[in-house]
Amino acid sequence: MTRRILIDPVTRIEGHARITIHLDDAGTVQEARFHVTEFRGFERFCEGRPLWEMPGITARICGICPVSHLLASAKAGDAILSVMIPPAAEKLRRLMNLGQIVQSHALSFFHLSAPDLLLGFDSDPATRNVFGLMAADAHLARAGIRLRQFGQEIIETLGGSKIHPAWAVPGGVRAAPAAAQRAAIAARLPEARTTVLDALRRFKTLLDTHADEVASFGDFPSLFLGLVGPNGEWEHYGGRLRLVDSGGAIIADQVDPAHYREMIAEAVEPWSYLKMPYYRPRGYPAGMYRVGPLARLNICTRIGTLLADAELGEMRQRAGGIATSSFYYHYARLVEILAALERISLLLDDPDLDSGRLRAEAGVNQLEGVGVSEAPRGTLFHDYAVDPNGLIRRVNLIIATGHNNLAMNRTVAQIAQRYVHGDRISEGALNRVEAGIRAYDPCLSCSTHAAGTMPLALILVAADGTVLDTVQR
Amino acid sequence: MAARTFTINDQLVSGREGETILEAARENGIYIPTLCHLDGVTSVGACRMCLVEIEGSRTLRPACVTQVVEGMVVHTDTERLRNYRRIIIELLFAERNHICAVCVANGHCELQNLAIAIGMDHVRFDYAFPVCEVDISHGRFGIDHNRCVLCTRCVRVCDEVEGVHTWDIAGRGADARVITDMRQPWGESTSCTSCGKCLLACPTGAIFRRGATVSEMERDPTKIAFIVAARDQRW
Repeated sequence: MTRRILIDPVTRIEGHARITIHLDDAGTVQEARFHVTEFRGFERFCEGRPLWEMPGITARICGICPVSHLLASAKAGDAILSVMIPPAAEKLRRLMNLGQIVQSHALSFFHLSAPDLLLGFDSDPATRNVFGLMAADAHLARAGIRLRQFGQEIIETLGGSKIHPAWAVPGGVRAAPAAAQRAAIAARLPEARTTVLDALRRFKTLLDTHADEVASFGDFPSLFLGLVGPNGEWEHYGGRLRLVDSGGAIIADQVDPAHYREMIAEAVEPWSYLKMPYYRPRGYPAGMYRVGPLARLNICTRIGTLLADAELGEMRQRAGGIATSSFYYHYARLVEILAALERISLLLDDPDLDSGRLRAEAGVNQLEGVGVSEAPRGTLFHDYAVDPNGLIRRVNLIIATGHNNLAMNRTVAQIAQRYVHGDRISEGALNRVEAGIRAYDPCLSCSTHAAGTMPLALILVAADGTVLDTVQR
Repeated sequence: MAARTFTINDQLVSGREGETILEAARENGIYIPTLCHLDGVTSVGACRMCLVEIEGSRTLRPACVTQVVEGMVVHTDTERLRNYRRIIIELLFAERNHICAVCVANGHCELQNLAIAIGMDHVRFDYAFPVCEVDISHGRFGIDHNRCVLCTRCVRVCDEVEGVHTWDIAGRGADARVITDMRQPWGESTSCTSCGKCLLACPTGAIFRRGATVSEMERDPTKIAFIVAARDQRW
């Protein structure tokens, strides 16, 4: 008899989702699907709003990564105003984004995934959480929580609040931190650096002890997409798009993000609210690509700071070049925290921050604008069209978690095939399926911002391919 | 000018003949909530926030347009009044689309301040969710009808202080809207002098500086009273 295993809700991720696993007569996993069950509607209700309000509104898409939306939206606004923002504004925006990368990656690693990684995938689920981590290793848990708090503090120092600061605006930013505030941030950098270096050291030992997970947590060839600088260096705010395949070959490079439509198309499946973007020239679903920390480190030639470049070199050595396993997302996240800390240190000393010029003023000079930024989870696109007065006519948002949708589904299937066998379905196996999703650090509240009606269906599929049962929402 | 002595909330107070209960209360340090009232322009008693109880009066009376009378006994803060005021504020929130978190006036809004002062933790009425337009055709200002409470402060300040009367009200009941000229887009208004007094007068984020982002609309409506007082001295 065919069976369906339902994991609902998927825990320790940001948002709501469930996973269905389809088994055949022999109890072998046939198919697994990652269903995103949230619906938001931002693309629709933003229509008619003044352009200038968009960063504040779209930041509300997410409480974890509001800064990503704030920046991508402000950049789309810059494009519509056709302004070059003052240097101080760009550097401060970068500083806030780095603060967000630190806090978001720290949340993903220490709060959400460390319980699996450090307590064990098969450990007691009652304590396999951040509280169990506190009991097992109070120092590590405290350091991780403080690291996230440090990133949040940067955001608060710049924007006035940790969550949803309406600080970046079309044309620049609203305020700059005082020298004393910058010094307070700088004073906390050494502790943050120690925390991430310690976590990196511990994570590397896991790569040896968790060879099975490394091989099954989404280890497959795919394309990798992200922003890079003019010489291919690691980027998180500016730059242009680069696409690399799993062999390391550059498929597309220095693509103007405003032309993203030539690269990316979106497919819709009836069983998820989350769209499935793919690389247009390769078609659906062959054009599957991954974004986020792993992609950014796979596509860049170098990071550009000392410690992070050394760690990147070691990561590439361990992975044998391009890292194709999504288990490496955790690794990449830690390397990126280190990179962010080094860049924060450099930015805090930048004399431009004292210039006092923070905002370029202009009217509506273009009727369309695309803003792109690297969110912690990957490349984020805000694409707006406005009327001549600046009222929003059309909004398209492509969110990092969406880019990874095809890869997440493939990962779920791969893990289920490796760990779920017939009647012997252990709790640890189910946890590994969830952990495969967690590796991507998906943000589902962000990714289901779209308008429209996409009915959610649960499908029970028999061994011969006939649909036994469909539950339509 | 003759003085009038009376009581507010059991406190013996004095006011001048012709003065309103609201003016006398403020002079004596007694708070009465207001929304449509704006110092410097005529009071219209529209919002009903300043309703007070007067002993011997069958009905509640708006303090902003009710003159003081010798020996009257006024209550400004009874359970009944607090209940009505909360209902009024809730109805204002339910009538249009007030989204404080992303509003240009967040933190500097008289409607929001009243809701906080009155203890409005939620709205008990169904939201009307009307479709309201935003007009940013003017080069400097914008009007978002989602946030308008129809207090008519813009209408009065434009008429009485600037002397132009660009603003008025069109429609009735839930369909009422403040309009510029003959309901043209603000940017096409031929009478508007772009003086910005309506911007100063607006108690919410309805009239805003074009380009303002969340919480950026800080204004000082007392400037209207200052302009009026200054002009009265000169003329």
